[in-house]
Amino acid sequence: MNWLAWINDFLADPAHHAGPDSIAVRVSEHLAFTAQALFWAALPAVPLGLLIGYTGRGVVAVTALTGIARALPTLGLVTLAVLLVGVGELSVLVPLVALAAPPLLVAAAEGVRSTDPEVRDAARGIGLSHPQTLLRVCLPTALPTLLAGLRTATVQVIATATIAAYAGLGGLGRYVVDGLATRNFATTLGGALLVVLLAVAAQLLFAVLIRAAEPPGTGAARTPTGRTDRSTRTHHEELI
Amino acid sequence: MDGEPLVRWPWIGSHLAYLSSLTADHAVIALVPVAVALALAVPLGLACTRFPRLYQPLAAVFNVVYALPSLAVFVVLIPYTGLAEMATVMIPLTFYAVAVLLPTTVDGLRTVPDPVRQAATAMGYGPWHRLAAVELPAALPFLVAGLRVAAVSSISLAAVGALIGRGGLGYLFIDGFQRTFPTPIVAGIVLVVLLALAVDLLLVLAGRLLAPWATRGGAR
Repeated sequence: MNWLAWINDFLADPAHHAGPDSIAVRVSEHLAFTAQALFWAALPAVPLGLLIGYTGRGVVAVTALTGIARALPTLGLVTLAVLLVGVGELSVLVPLVALAAPPLLVAAAEGVRSTDPEVRDAARGIGLSHPQTLLRVCLPTALPTLLAGLRTATVQVIATATIAAYAGLGGLGRYVVDGLATRNFATTLGGALLVVLLAVAAQLLFAVLIRAAEPPGTGAARTPTGRTDRSTRTHHEELI
Repeated sequence: MDGEPLVRWPWIGSHLAYLSSLTADHAVIALVPVAVALALAVPLGLACTRFPRLYQPLAAVFNVVYALPSLAVFVVLIPYTGLAEMATVMIPLTFYAVAVLLPTTVDGLRTVPDPVRQAATAMGYGPWHRLAAVELPAALPFLVAGLRVAAVSSISLAAVGALIGRGGLGYLFIDGFQRTFPTPIVAGIVLVVLLALAVDLLLVLAGRLLAPWATRGGAR
């Protein structure tokens, strides 16, 4: 039960230094899955979310749908997809897209809805069209919330892409699943720790991005003491 | 897979008892952690409102916890709690649920405006009485909203436990996958979603019953 020895074993294994089972290859496979899933999820979800937030239509339907989507077990979707379309990128991408799309959709809609109505009126008042108001006024205001949704989606996809290995695909889950199958705990633990590191790195990256995206004078509300009050925002994010 | 239908109804018909026992297992594995998390998050949240300096570091820790991949955490716990043991799945699920519930509890407790707090004190409410009669009821709609998210994601996540030998309905995914037999997988997905929706509905109803004044809790 010596973790350090296990990690040492994992890192010392020459198969993990070069070749198809090397750490560099597995990490890049993992990141490639994640990036593709986020791209295909964002493509429909973000514009749709922006539109729903702007018009205020379909909010109830979206809430109900995201509730169901949140309950969908990804392991079930992956196994079913592999049986239906066979082992391949598609059978892993579809469940990951289903996982990433709802938080993006909700974040886009919530972000636009949080734009001060008076600001929107003012934008219309100075002659901006609806699309211009949405893109130039609401989108910048929504950006921190949108990024928070993207962070949730990214972290979930990084964590869940591990399961893809169960369906015969690459990525860091390979180490976890192969290690479990062969009772080689060093491999499993090494893979698990790498996934954790990736997820935490993504969290940190988004913390920086979200801070940078705060539009001056709008994003974070100021408390009377002058400190930035982020409590309401974190609450929002957790529910996305 | 050729010629194999997506769902073989006779299989479902002949396995009803099996499916319901897996569902019951799943509910225990997924929901006991949420209940434990509630019991942890409320006192933690109270501590955070009394000692505000506590909140930032705690929130940061649970933010990282939330980022940990479930399968990875299950696996890391195996040497301590054992393969196929309930605790190996339930301990991580508890932490995920606390990560969702702590911010919502703190937000809820913070919604009580200072004048209201002072009015309660002026009416002779002691700190405990005020907590029970003013602050906790105010936090209730937030708690219900947080509980809904925590319960639904816990039910969905618990299925992953099947990869290490414990996961209630998740077992159907492994079983169907290994036998190239989609019926159990489809049944498992449907039952997980139904269980989540049923629990969600119960929480909404409980929220309406306990906090009939709230307009917020039901909206999400």
